[in-house]
Amino acid sequence: MKLVVISAGLGQPSSTRLLGDRLAQATGVEDVQVIELRELAVDIANNLVTGFPGARLRAALEAVEAADGLIAVTPIFTASYSGLFKSFIDVLDNTALVGKPVLIAATGGTARHSLALEHAMRPLFTYLRAVVVPTSVYAATEDWGNDTTLSERIDRAAGELTGLMRALPRRSPEPAVVPFEQQLSAFGLTV
Amino acid sequence: MQFGLFTVGDVTPDPTTGRTPTEAERIKAMVTIALKAEEVGLDVFATGEHHNPPFVPSSPTTMLGYVAAKTERLILSTATTLITTNDPVKIAEDFAMLQHLADGRVDLMLGRGNTGPVYPWFGQDIRNGIQLAFENYNLLHRLWREDVVDWEGNFRTPLQGFTSTPRPLDGVPPFVWHGSIRSPEIAEQAAYYGDGFFANNIFWPKEHFQGLINLYRERFAHYGHGTPEEAYVGLGGQVFMRKNSQDAIKEFRPYFDNAPVYGHGPSLEDFMEETPLAVGSPDQVIERTLKFREHFGDYQRQLFLMDHAGLPLKTVLEQLDILGEEVVPVLRREFAVGRPANVPDAPTHKSLLEKVPA
Repeated sequence: MKLVVISAGLGQPSSTRLLGDRLAQATGVEDVQVIELRELAVDIANNLVTGFPGARLRAALEAVEAADGLIAVTPIFTASYSGLFKSFIDVLDNTALVGKPVLIAATGGTARHSLALEHAMRPLFTYLRAVVVPTSVYAATEDWGNDTTLSERIDRAAGELTGLMRALPRRSPEPAVVPFEQQLSAFGLTV
Repeated sequence: MQFGLFTVGDVTPDPTTGRTPTEAERIKAMVTIALKAEEVGLDVFATGEHHNPPFVPSSPTTMLGYVAAKTERLILSTATTLITTNDPVKIAEDFAMLQHLADGRVDLMLGRGNTGPVYPWFGQDIRNGIQLAFENYNLLHRLWREDVVDWEGNFRTPLQGFTSTPRPLDGVPPFVWHGSIRSPEIAEQAAYYGDGFFANNIFWPKEHFQGLINLYRERFAHYGHGTPEEAYVGLGGQVFMRKNSQDAIKEFRPYFDNAPVYGHGPSLEDFMEETPLAVGSPDQVIERTLKFREHFGDYQRQLFLMDHAGLPLKTVLEQLDILGEEVVPVLRREFAVGRPANVPDAPTHKSLLEKVPA
């Protein structure tokens, strides 16, 4: 099984990346690829302008499509996911995540932003027809200091993700050719 | 193999002077470029069709009719004719008329158009784009092949005993290319009819178009029109040349950096890496264009976009001299080397007429 972690953290080191790493570790999956959006920031902006991804970004997009499961972690900026995070999602093919198990997670300065996961992140991935695990993980600054429930939440979410990854086989990536007559008849046309 | 030009017909300010040509200047410039194409030995001139500023060519057959009268050999084509928002009856008539005036030097490339607001101006809806392309072409195909048509569909009034006039020259409909950037449905449509497929590859990486072109070739064979290698493929490309490559880059960079379609994104160098844009010496352009064959197989038509990014007419005409004198003759020679005997040329009126059973 292949797991991809998307981290939209900007600092180095980044608490967003740290949360992504801890979640990935808790899944026990061996094949893990971490995509740091910070390194792709210019490529993502260029894709928005030109309409196509450059080689580096293309590789990242393909990795996301090919993954059996995804962990998406963003800092919360101004009440929602960061602009960089959303821009990356915007350049993903709109069918790339269909049926894919996704664990959503976020970091922020205070716990007051934690519901951004539920009102912003979850609908975003639901729109893309991903299968979002029930437990989302929010880590505020205070969680890193006196870790009471963060580890528990991490383990619960990771367990839900691996359960879904085992249960949901990856869909075949190549759609079959639809013969012309069939395409016509779908529109009520005949040759 | 055919070589030619395609033009969008955009009115773009020259970023080095700040001057924007008038519509009249741009329209006349397009005609001058078309005439120059024949003068420097190119085979095809194709104009875009647009119905919104900053583009001028809303009436392609009017422009091509004028060019036809002023040229002798040049094939007049489009890139693209909007099969979605034009009435297929009018397309059938306009292009048949042009065929007669141009003694058969006419083909056309169909496209859907990607600008949502344009559709309702012609009573249509972009959400029906593929369906319009299928239904309208289905009717166009019949209007050119059947003298009397009874027809009923979803998007225009039914036809009873209708004859599109004039009939195609010598009873031979113009050859049709289907242009697409991303739709496998259109590759499938082109394959089904045995028509040409033009992949306008100028803004995207080659990997994307390899998938579309391979699909078209395989399905062309599936529908019994020949082997995959015998399918009709056209490609785009855009170049800027000077004798020394550094001069070309230096002169073109301000145009690239500010052009609506190129500018304010990746650097010129990155864009050249990812797309067919070739800015450099004629030799570099030759080398780059010859690579298309490795990526997409032997093909039939190569169109270059030369009047882009707000380049002034004088510069474009210089570019056409270089293209005609130094680049295309070499490309003709090199593309002919090792080309399998069964790979056809692009169909022309003459070649299609020869195929008509006596």
